[in-house]
Amino acid sequence: MKSSRLVFIVAVLLAVLAVALSFSTAPNAISKKEVALRLPKNFPKPFYDFKSNPITPEGFTLGRALFYDPILSQDSTISCASCHQPFAAFAHIDHKLSHGIDNRIGTRNVPALQNLIWKDDFMWDGGVNHLEVQPINPITSKDEMNESLKNVLTKLHRSQHYKAYFKSAFKDSTITTQRLFKALAQFTGLMVSANSKYDQYLRKEVQLTEMEQKGLLLFNQKCNSCHTAPLFTNNAFANNGLPPDTALNDLGRGKITGKKEDDFLFKIPSLRNVEVTYPYMHDGRFSKLSQVLNHYSHTSGSANNEPLKNIGTLSDDEKVELTAFLKTLTDKTFLTDKRFVIIQSPSGMR
Amino acid sequence: MKTVCLSVAFILLLGFSVLPRKNNGQLQIQFQHFLDAQILQLDSAVYQNALGQAYSISKFKYYVGHFRLKNTSGKTYQHSGYFLIDEEEANSKIISLNNIPLGEYSEINFTLGVDSIHNCSGAQSSALDPLHGMFWSWSSGYIFLKLEGKSPACNTPSNFFEYHIGGYKAESNCLRHITLPFKSPLTISADKKPTLNIYTAVDEVLKNPTAIDFAKLPTVTDHQNATTVADNYADIFSIGSKVYEK
Repeated sequence: MKSSRLVFIVAVLLAVLAVALSFSTAPNAISKKEVALRLPKNFPKPFYDFKSNPITPEGFTLGRALFYDPILSQDSTISCASCHQPFAAFAHIDHKLSHGIDNRIGTRNVPALQNLIWKDDFMWDGGVNHLEVQPINPITSKDEMNESLKNVLTKLHRSQHYKAYFKSAFKDSTITTQRLFKALAQFTGLMVSANSKYDQYLRKEVQLTEMEQKGLLLFNQKCNSCHTAPLFTNNAFANNGLPPDTALNDLGRGKITGKKEDDFLFKIPSLRNVEVTYPYMHDGRFSKLSQVLNHYSHTSGSANNEPLKNIGTLSDDEKVELTAFLKTLTDKTFLTDKRFVIIQSPSGMR
Repeated sequence: MKTVCLSVAFILLLGFSVLPRKNNGQLQIQFQHFLDAQILQLDSAVYQNALGQAYSISKFKYYVGHFRLKNTSGKTYQHSGYFLIDEEEANSKIISLNNIPLGEYSEINFTLGVDSIHNCSGAQSSALDPLHGMFWSWSSGYIFLKLEGKSPACNTPSNFFEYHIGGYKAESNCLRHITLPFKSPLTISADKKPTLNIYTAVDEVLKNPTAIDFAKLPTVTDHQNATTVADNYADIFSIGSKVYEK
């Protein structure tokens, strides 16, 4: 009798503790060491300079909280993380086009978020010129979060949690768009993927299989001029031979520059973690890597640009080898990095 | 204790009053918006453009910055900040420049628009906070000038016209440098706080050198035709009166 009562009391206490923990909005504590930026030795100099926005555990934690918080969207249903999933290198697995509030569908495939500080511009059309101002797009786009910056600030002001977060990150609790964007940049800027099998191979920690080796050779001959290592993009814009989707009629780069010759050019994406960032292309039309390789193999004959022509027709063996190599770009360390994940947002919304 | 405090305060006060005179002064600039030589009235007033098309204005706001004052001996005072002048916000139309060396000034310079560095340097604050609705999200950069209104000549929903003019890249640079010489020198002194009135002729945005046809060009919201409007707004400013307050 007595022991069962003890068990009961312990059970109640455990339940209370569990409830208390689940309501707790304290962020997973993160140390200074964990937010130290480690630049891979073989990467070029980053475009983004953290000098004007030094990463701190508190700033990173605030950025992370904002990234996972649907409070940024008009009806508090969509967060950055709704479309940028950590296990997909922050792309949106299996969604061709971006999804927004009210089941609205955007016009482009959600890009992966990785190695952002090495990007000179953002979006498939390169319309955004700086990491810090990138979030204005999804927040204010009617097909995504459809919210005004003014309302975002109003909602954040109402939250005691965010007052505390901003205070710990910026020494006082003033909430401004500049602080919001700098905190987000601390979080997204730290998303560095540089520990794939390929990277380990470069550092002579592992060996590639024979098939991966062959794939690497093929890649260097046929793909590397645009998807240039080590970032696996040359940051340029290209028409990769896809017939424009007439329903979208997306001019891509041409919309930004207003130049005819830039119509249907899109930013060349990095191929890091390409295995898990499906679907592919700016409009997500291909769901499998094999379709992508088939496209390049078929297009190259009729292509009027050199890099595409250079690919030539790919044999089945070559496709298998290339695929094997592309999979060495999967960075499990990055995809499972606990620093980039939280269970619950400070506003209590998910 | 109380007397000690009081005497300390007295000594401090005395100290300040016998300090050497200040070397710097202040200038207040008031922007006054005119349309066809009348004070601009939003929404209610109906105007006519150079092509005889009727129109009304609902929004007029723009960035000015990089103020410089050239004194009569050729030296220049510089202020690096930006101000957003908004017809709807009376306070925004009065700006203050501080720490101006005392003396006589012959000319004022400023930019209409935001320089390329501030267009490319990420999240900004104060006047340049994207909160003010003067930042393009989809194609990063500031809108230098916004002029919105209605005209029956516009074949658009509710007959609106919308000129959002900006662009910092070489081929479509809409930044314009404004130079306004004073007919008589402007005096910056320690004891008087002068107010310089600058008149802004809103009609000039639509008129000179290119008369904007509301029917053909009801909206400009990207690089297409932006520099045409920018060339028009390059000479919308003129010097009004100078008022010296005691």
